[in-house]
Amino acid sequence: MSILVVVEHDRGTVAPATFEALTAARSLGEPVHAITLGASADGLVDQLAAHGAAVVVQAHHDLLADYGPEAWGDTVAQYVGHTSPSAVIATGTDRGNEVLAHVGAILDLPFVANCLSFDTAGAFDTAGAADPWQITRVRWGGSLLEQCELSATTKLVTMTHHAVEATESPGIASTESFAPSLEPWHGRSVVVDRVERAAGVTLATAPVVVGGGRGVGSPEAFAPLEDLASLLGGVVGCSRAVTNNGWRNHTDQVGQTGTRIAPDIYLACGISGAIQHWVGAMASKKILAINTDPEANMVAKADYAVIGDLHQVVPAIAAEIRRRRNA
Amino acid sequence: MRVLVCVKRVPAPGAKINITADGLAIDTAYLAFTTSPHEECAVEEAVRLVEQHGGEATVLTLGPAEADEQLRYAASLGVAKAVLLPIVGADWDPQRTAAAIATAIAELESADGPFDIILFGNESADSGGFQVGVRVARSLGRPIVNGIKGIEVVGDGTVRARRESEVGLEVYALPTPVVLGVKEGINLPRYPTLKGRLGSKKIEVGQIVPDVAAGGQRMVTLLPAAEQVGATTILGHGPDAAAAVVDLLEELGVL
Ligand SMILES: Cc1cc2nc3c(=O)[nH]c(=O)nc-3n(C[C@H](O)[C@H](O)[C@H](O)COP(=O)(O)OP(=O)(O)OC[C@H]3O[C@@H](n4cnc5c(N)ncnc54)[C@H](O)[C@@H]3O)c2cc1C
Ligand SMILES: Nc1ncnc2c1ncn2[C@@H]1O[C@H](COP(=O)(O)O)[C@@H](O)[C@H]1O
Repeated sequence: MSILVVVEHDRGTVAPATFEALTAARSLGEPVHAITLGASADGLVDQLAAHGAAVVVQAHHDLLADYGPEAWGDTVAQYVGHTSPSAVIATGTDRGNEVLAHVGAILDLPFVANCLSFDTAGAFDTAGAADPWQITRVRWGGSLLEQCELSATTKLVTMTHHAVEATESPGIASTESFAPSLEPWHGRSVVVDRVERAAGVTLATAPVVVGGGRGVGSPEAFAPLEDLASLLGGVVGCSRAVTNNGWRNHTDQVGQTGTRIAPDIYLACGISGAIQHWVGAMASKKILAINTDPEANMVAKADYAVIGDLHQVVPAIAAEIRRRRNA
Repeated sequence: MRVLVCVKRVPAPGAKINITADGLAIDTAYLAFTTSPHEECAVEEAVRLVEQHGGEATVLTLGPAEADEQLRYAASLGVAKAVLLPIVGADWDPQRTAAAIATAIAELESADGPFDIILFGNESADSGGFQVGVRVARSLGRPIVNGIKGIEVVGDGTVRARRESEVGLEVYALPTPVVLGVKEGINLPRYPTLKGRLGSKKIEVGQIVPDVAAGGQRMVTLLPAAEQVGATTILGHGPDAAAAVVDLLEELGVL
């Protein structure tokens, strides 16, 4: 038996989460096969071998020239059908989860998304199911965990990003070519066009995020937050209360259904710290809450806090920065 | 144009999620319920599609009898028809949920004709299985793309759908009938009007009792996520705290 890892890549650029999936796959003690989709990924063999892939399966087809969930799903499902691996592990990302959902649907197998860890000892004994896995996975975007049991001949799982730390396990991989049989209809959901974003600091990568919540009060009142953010080389983020009110665009929203941020410092201004906001902010190295309410959840969970009206505190911080720069 | 949107009733926890004594559910004694945010946007999108292209929108949920509340909320926003797939007790696993929904859709379509567009959320807020929509689309033999942040019906039975990626935007051109998994941010959902709310009380909620077998994923227990607890350092009160904040920013090297 083997473990199959689905390599996530975009036109040949590998997603780092793939190495986490390979690391998790290695822990199962069976040979790890990695499948790459499309000829653009043929150059990834060495990187995959360095992370423990014993065999790299290169699937080639005209319909795999770019990403397409149906074409990718059927290709992986066909390979699983040929080789019956004991498990398929993919990245817990938009694409990884999407592809395994297709594989699960095609093969009528259960699929468990966003796992943190799994215990393959079959600790539970359910009637009729061979060697179920006991899995810990995330719910509510990470605010809650679930233990579940997965019973299937081939286990389909994705690893939540950062659940395991990717490590290398240098080796040499053999390559194998795989020609899936895809029909023209598989092409209907292949990407037809792309618009590349201008380079620059994004909410997800900014070193400083100044976040504003309902406490900011209006779209105009974000101006001092913008000013502070630009002084710090950062960007403005916000809570869902703000986007729901139409004060700012959803692209600024931090949280479970927004963006996950990981800045050196997050200044959370007038944000109560609801659990769905917190999961988007908790990877910040430091959090400073500015809130009139000393009992606010954000204040309790933050590393630092200033108790006070953000409309006074934020401009005062900006003024102090300018004062020191001009001194 | 006939549009169907599938939503799930979920609790709306605030600062903390409490688990029941048996470990199998969120303690909802003091909680309100809502529709997952991605699905709220899917409902809004369904209503807009019908406003632009004519036709009718239907909302469907599989859940407890109380999920009537989420169906009527959708109706208050402009969805014309509502269907409940009633279940008793714990949530169904994703395979089972999808099989029940696919069966119900087949039944609705054989009565009233196919849905041109079926909308799902990208993932449910609570269980986040990332799959019910995909399973339903596959069993109906229709294309599906997830993560959609823009939908445009371009005529000749083609829908252009946009999604965000690491590097920018990806565009898909999909033939109808089509299934799409929508993400929050695709639109800004409206609030119900008084008239909408009154109207939603009167609609008849159809029922299709689901009867399908459980799938291969079984929940054993819920666990609290590891909390990052530590004391908060209060840097001061009001604008006088600015100097201490800037000292901190200097210390962290972000200035
Ligand atoms: C499934 C689901 C997903 C969700 N996803 C997200 C998400 O991705 N992101 C997100 O943010 N939310 C999300 N939410 C919503 C979340 O539950 C909260 O409703 C939201 O985060 C609250 O925003 P807020 O903190 O700005 O507002 P509030 O909770 O109203 O808090 C406002 C805060 O501002 C303080 N304040 C008021 N005036 C001032 C002042 N002048 N100076 C300083 N402080 C002041 C108050 O003391 C209070 O703490 C989600 C909810 C659900 C159910
Ligand atoms: N019980 C349910 N009733 C109706 N729709 C559901 C249900 N569960 C999930 N869905 C839909 O399927 C999407 C994906 O759910 P999931 O696979 O749980 O992440 C959700 O956003 C909903 O649109």
